[in-house]
Amino acid sequence: MQEGAVLEMRGICKYFPGVRALQDVDFTLREGEIHALMGENGAGKSTLIKVLTGVYPKDGGEVHIRGIEGAAVIRSPQDAQNAGISTVYQEITLCPNLSVAENMYIGRTKGAVANWKVMNSGAKQILESLGIPASPKQQLGSCSIAVQQMVAIARAVDMECKVLILDEPTSSLDEQEVVKLFGLMRDLRAKGVGIIFVTHFLEQVYEVCDRITVLRDGQLVGEYVIEDLPRVQLVSKMLGKELDDMADIKGEMGGDTVGTEGAPVLEAQGLCSSAGIKPFDFSIRRGEVNGFTGLLGSGRSECVRAIFGADHVTGGSVKMDGKSIKIKKPLDAMKCGIGYLPEDRKGDGIVGDLSVRENIILALQVMKGFFRPFSRAQAEAFADEYIKLLEIKTASADTPIKSLSGGNQQKCILARWLLTDPKYLILDEPTRGIDIGTKIEIQKLVLKLAAEGKSVTFISSEIDEMLRTCSRLIVMRDRKAVGELSGKDLTQTKIMATIAGGDEE
Amino acid sequence: MTTPVKNPETRVKRPDESLFKRLTRQQLFIPVAALVLLVLFNLIADYKFFEVTMKENSLGNPVLSGNIISVLDNASELVILAIGMTLVTASSGGQDISVGATMAIAGSVILRMVCGGQVTADTMQMNLVLAVLIGVVVSALFGAFNGTLVAYFKIQPMVATLIMFTAGRSIAAWINNNQLPIVNDITFKYAGTFLPGIPVPTPIFITALMILVFWLVLKFTNLGLYTQAVGINANSSRLNGLDPKLIKLMTYVILGVCVAVAGFIRVSRSGSINYSRIAENIEMDAILAVALGGNALSGGKFNIYGSILGAYVIQFLTTTLYKYNVPSTALPAYKAVVVILLVVLSAPVVREKLANMKKAPVRAAKGVS
Repeated sequence: MQEGAVLEMRGICKYFPGVRALQDVDFTLREGEIHALMGENGAGKSTLIKVLTGVYPKDGGEVHIRGIEGAAVIRSPQDAQNAGISTVYQEITLCPNLSVAENMYIGRTKGAVANWKVMNSGAKQILESLGIPASPKQQLGSCSIAVQQMVAIARAVDMECKVLILDEPTSSLDEQEVVKLFGLMRDLRAKGVGIIFVTHFLEQVYEVCDRITVLRDGQLVGEYVIEDLPRVQLVSKMLGKELDDMADIKGEMGGDTVGTEGAPVLEAQGLCSSAGIKPFDFSIRRGEVNGFTGLLGSGRSECVRAIFGADHVTGGSVKMDGKSIKIKKPLDAMKCGIGYLPEDRKGDGIVGDLSVRENIILALQVMKGFFRPFSRAQAEAFADEYIKLLEIKTASADTPIKSLSGGNQQKCILARWLLTDPKYLILDEPTRGIDIGTKIEIQKLVLKLAAEGKSVTFISSEIDEMLRTCSRLIVMRDRKAVGELSGKDLTQTKIMATIAGGDEE
Repeated sequence: MTTPVKNPETRVKRPDESLFKRLTRQQLFIPVAALVLLVLFNLIADYKFFEVTMKENSLGNPVLSGNIISVLDNASELVILAIGMTLVTASSGGQDISVGATMAIAGSVILRMVCGGQVTADTMQMNLVLAVLIGVVVSALFGAFNGTLVAYFKIQPMVATLIMFTAGRSIAAWINNNQLPIVNDITFKYAGTFLPGIPVPTPIFITALMILVFWLVLKFTNLGLYTQAVGINANSSRLNGLDPKLIKLMTYVILGVCVAVAGFIRVSRSGSINYSRIAENIEMDAILAVALGGNALSGGKFNIYGSILGAYVIQFLTTTLYKYNVPSTALPAYKAVVVILLVVLSAPVVREKLANMKKAPVRAAKGVS
């Protein structure tokens, strides 16, 4: 093993039927470093992590861990834990109905009797030492997502891990929460823990990481010290080609005048819903792309949910093409030509066990009616058309959608709504948790749709994404629309200032 | 549209997969294998098991008789229930345990209509079709009651249907003022025994008809797609314009209709009813049929033909055990042993293990290259 390394993986291979998921991949983690594992969806990041943690058996290669003679044998997550490898997954895998302390000690108390006093005081000590704002007796479910994530980390740390794997820990956190998490990560680094950080957020990588390992198509591209690898280089290494797509998009945007004239397609006044947003006005023109922005929980999703009828609408009026319409449930909105890609892909978007084909045709099929199912041939034609059009990577249209990568699942949901040929499409965080290549594709698609005369509302946590696509932004704060920006006001600083409020008025 | 017939578990064909693995992957593998085993066992033990002869029944008509006929005949109620139970399971991720009790209610209603409130009826007091329709409506209403509790009050299916499970048989008795009506009119028994001049038991035809109806419904409506979508992810179904509550309710109403048909067959067999014993424990067999058919009891994707096959397997097993003179008191124990075997074999964990056993050498060879 190399000097200072806590973990070395050499020549790791993993095959799935028909796919080489990992081919001869090396990975080295040193003591006291935060090491980003980067790559597009399907590059093999998750597979590598799962091989390391014993979820998948590996088909070749060796794993060396400091303190273990020879090649380490890891056959199960339990083995990995015993070897000092702890993992915190994107979705929190703790028990929300147990207390914080119980969650920290679950599965590793000795004997049958739990010593509550020791457990609680032990938990308290760790929480305090890591500066986590939670009390041991508190029910985990009552903590914010960020704190839950931190408790998961605290649990891992307390197991005296040498290697801590954080798999997309920040995707459901807002900015302040991310800052807290990074603080915790830096503390752990100082204590000598090696951290593997998997994320899609480039900014975060450059903020907190020391080294980057890039994977592409199951192969190792390289390991880099962060200072030696500028962002553009990283992106091109991940994509495997030299290109500046970001600039392309801006170029395609043309003038900012797109869709700023003409009568509104959809107009809402005083709309409010049971989700607790303050009444807001909204309108969108033909060919316009606008967006809601604001911090997490500011009510931007609730606004579009109200427009689509996903939440119970409690007041306000909506006009479509000048005619008054009533939207009580999603089907009403769909019949008016509105499509809605929800924020929570897994919970509200995909129907996991159904095939890609069934997922794609679902919305159109529901609009067509219970007694008029599409013929198998017709459904296949639809699915194949969109699989090709959006370049959805799937073994076949019969594959259950849940076995696709996140980005490809999202493309299926997009396909579902494009198939209904909507006049107005709402995309709530369509790019969350997906790789940069697909992100760019989706942004391009949005602009293309607008050019074809469709109206799109685009929501994203990443402000530069919004700047690239939207010609008008509605800023939300505390469940209230507090401002509208367009034209030359559309700058990062101006948006930040409006979100923050204060000196605006 | 989902046609569970064609495509329960279609996957990409993988060249390195052995035939054995591809077979075990099929959802229908377990029920088919169980059926084959039962057939083989009977063939070897006593091939006369499969003998079908013409005999005279109590009315002096020549009818087919034999173990196979009796399996097909006696499985009828179970098969019809299993169809409805599959849909309920798929949409709500739970089971209706009140089907036996509701069969008693449906049977009781039909008998009361036919007897016109009398205790015995030598001729039917009401058109049989009308009487059965009333039974269907009543049973569907009870299904709607269960469905409302499950879909709109979000009560767990087993708890919600526990109400009718407990109360159903009392309600059935109350419908006939606690009396035991007897229908002597021979035409009433046509549905449960034989039609004049036809040597095959009528329940077999009724079951075939029900299967045909559901095949058509699944083919020409979106029932399959909708129930599966709702069962897998109710939230996203709603955002795609479906009404998950209504669809759940609908499956319970459909089950109610199935229950009425099964109840009619059952009372038609004897022309009478025993409130506390009629269709006793049939709910458990119906749920078992669904599980045997390879359907997840937690809902979602389903294969209705698996459940139907499962129901026949259960009846085949019962008949086989009877044939070998297993005392009826010991029957459940024998059944349990077989059921444990089947259920363990069909568990995803075991099937995965089985598949991997055969797969391991292939993978090792590939790893080296």
